[in-house]
Amino acid sequence: MLSIKNLRASINGKEILRGINLEIRPGEVHAIMGPNGTGKSTLASVIAGRDIFEIEEGEIIFRGKNLLEMPVEDRASEGIFLSFQYPVEIPGVSITNFMRTAVNEQRKYHGLDPMPANEFLAKMEEKKRMLDIHAKLANRSVNEGFSGGEKKKNEIFQLAMLEPALAILDETDSGLDIDALKVVANGVNKLRRPDNAFLVITHYQRLLDYIVPDIVHVLFDGRIVRSGGKELAMELEEKGYEWIRAEA
Amino acid sequence: MENDPNNILDEVTSGEYKYGFYTDIEMETAPKGLSEDTIRFISAKKNEPEWLLEFRLNAYRKWLSMTEPTWAHLHHPPINYQDIIYYAAPKKKKELASLDEVDPELIETFNKLGISLEEQKRLSGVAVDAVIDSVSVKTTFSETLEKQGIIFCSFSEAVQKVPELVKQYLGTVVPSDDNYFAALNSAVFSDGSFCYIPKGVRCPIELSTYFRINAANTGQFERTLIIGDEGSYVSYMEGCTAPMRDENQLHAAIVEIIALKDAEVKYSTVQNWYPGNKKGEGGIYNFVTKRGICKGNNSKISWTQVETGSAITWKYPSVVLMGDNTVGEFYSVAVTNNYQQADTGTKMIHLGRNTKSTIISKGISAGQSNNSYRGLVKMTKRALNSRNFSQCDSLLLGDKCGAHTFPYIKTENQSSIVEHEATTSKISDDQLFYCNQRGISTESAIGLIVNGYAREVLKQLPMEFAVEAQKLLAISLEGSVG
Repeated sequence: MLSIKNLRASINGKEILRGINLEIRPGEVHAIMGPNGTGKSTLASVIAGRDIFEIEEGEIIFRGKNLLEMPVEDRASEGIFLSFQYPVEIPGVSITNFMRTAVNEQRKYHGLDPMPANEFLAKMEEKKRMLDIHAKLANRSVNEGFSGGEKKKNEIFQLAMLEPALAILDETDSGLDIDALKVVANGVNKLRRPDNAFLVITHYQRLLDYIVPDIVHVLFDGRIVRSGGKELAMELEEKGYEWIRAEA
Repeated sequence: MENDPNNILDEVTSGEYKYGFYTDIEMETAPKGLSEDTIRFISAKKNEPEWLLEFRLNAYRKWLSMTEPTWAHLHHPPINYQDIIYYAAPKKKKELASLDEVDPELIETFNKLGISLEEQKRLSGVAVDAVIDSVSVKTTFSETLEKQGIIFCSFSEAVQKVPELVKQYLGTVVPSDDNYFAALNSAVFSDGSFCYIPKGVRCPIELSTYFRINAANTGQFERTLIIGDEGSYVSYMEGCTAPMRDENQLHAAIVEIIALKDAEVKYSTVQNWYPGNKKGEGGIYNFVTKRGICKGNNSKISWTQVETGSAITWKYPSVVLMGDNTVGEFYSVAVTNNYQQADTGTKMIHLGRNTKSTIISKGISAGQSNNSYRGLVKMTKRALNSRNFSQCDSLLLGDKCGAHTFPYIKTENQSSIVEHEATTSKISDDQLFYCNQRGISTESAIGLIVNGYAREVLKQLPMEFAVEAQKLLAISLEGSVG
């Protein structure tokens, strides 16, 4: 589904990603772990298409298409979803309105008519129930005055509404208490299907107790230095990142 | 990369003005230029009583002794008042009894504006008084309203039908020598709307007027007078458009609102006059005086405006809070793009006790435009225990535009409270990236964010207008990145 080959990216002349290789197949959950500042969030941003990064080399092929040639919104419509580490506030824009715009712009990209209002509202209700989200959240402005937990729940809600092929969760566990973490993780588990995939970026092993990965990668200094099964996360938790640092 | 702000800005600002068509209707016009003869010509054309001609001539004499104000943050070449046609009317064949008799070209104009009278009449229950250039063409729904004693007609018609009401209130809120442009309007006003809501009547529908400047070289000087008698309620809407022309056209209107005891008048306008092309050529000069007076106790006047058009906007819808416990409100969204200039705001003059005013102003600037808020809040000695809350926000799109705030506060008593909040912000790259990542194009994202920013004001608009205003905001701004 996603194939990254020898990806090198920099910001302001400083190289952050120094040759990433990654293959994700449908149905898989991949976790990327690593210490702070090693390029985890950069990788997420580069896949999504944030233009502050320079692509120096390499390719990202997603379902047969070259992502690096597409604008951000087209990548989203092709099925890339990024759950932000720090979701931004959009004052005065209700989540309902925001989601309706997003759903319909993606439909337009695929040559479909806008979703009828009643169908859209029914879908909102269904997803809210599934994720155990309060009805009134949908009437509030996007992320405005939300607690950390509410923001992350809202990201997962949008994920449920947009049904992407590949969801990238960027430090979704940061700033969450254990109850919020469970809600978010449960939501993700309910959304897992044989035809979609997840890339979970996290600093701690904690989230992976709830979202169990098929493959764990360790990112260090802009490179994936080790990949393995879920037991690799446990090992990291025990030995700490110093262990990787020493090996690298 | 693909979201180069400059490209998007260029693309969007090169969008054509949608309402720039010209209707070829036979016009009857006054000779160019302004003199007592011109005024007599207009007055005679309208078969006006002597007192009204005197009112005009008085205003004209005062105007001759006045000079154009220069205090606003606006720049334009001098206006040649002798080069303007002060009266233009579609040539009348006979009295129009029904819509079928209205000139088909005119109907076509309305269709292009998206306000087909037929449709409006049948579907939306909105009474429309459409003014093209100087003459009010047809007032719909008048009969329905008449049953309740509501008078809603063109100004000229009111002069013939209810001269005593017009005489009683004309010029009582905006005196003919109030300012340079008010004096000009008082001398040459051609037509406009008149509205009277009798005691205790709640007007059952939104009253709506459309203004459109059509003929070349004509100024439009309409005059609106709204009177809410004791305990009445009315919601009044006004929309404006103008065709594209290279030369600048002058628009100097007056709106007067009188709210008697316990009355409430809500006035909404969406102004979309031609703003000029992207080089700053052409466009409407809009110098307008709008003022309401809460004359009786417990009355309320509310102004809501969405300003997207005009090359120059000079406009301060104000409320004089004369009665005790009266309420004045001003909600404004002003958008400037390309070389547009707007100097707009409000005055809240608190005279009565326990009076309350609210000002919410949202300025949005893009391109090379300049957008100024100018407001006065005055608490007089007698206005004990009064309150004002003002919030003036500016949103900048791009780095070549300007936003300015000129708040004036005068308080002459100790028991009143005046609050002023102001913010300036830009649409952030983070917000755009967030929207893009959900599949929303940058253009749509700007529309979404700007509408969100202006929501506090837009929600004050009647439904019919809110939808139009939302689209207008998105059209006039989409794609400008900070």
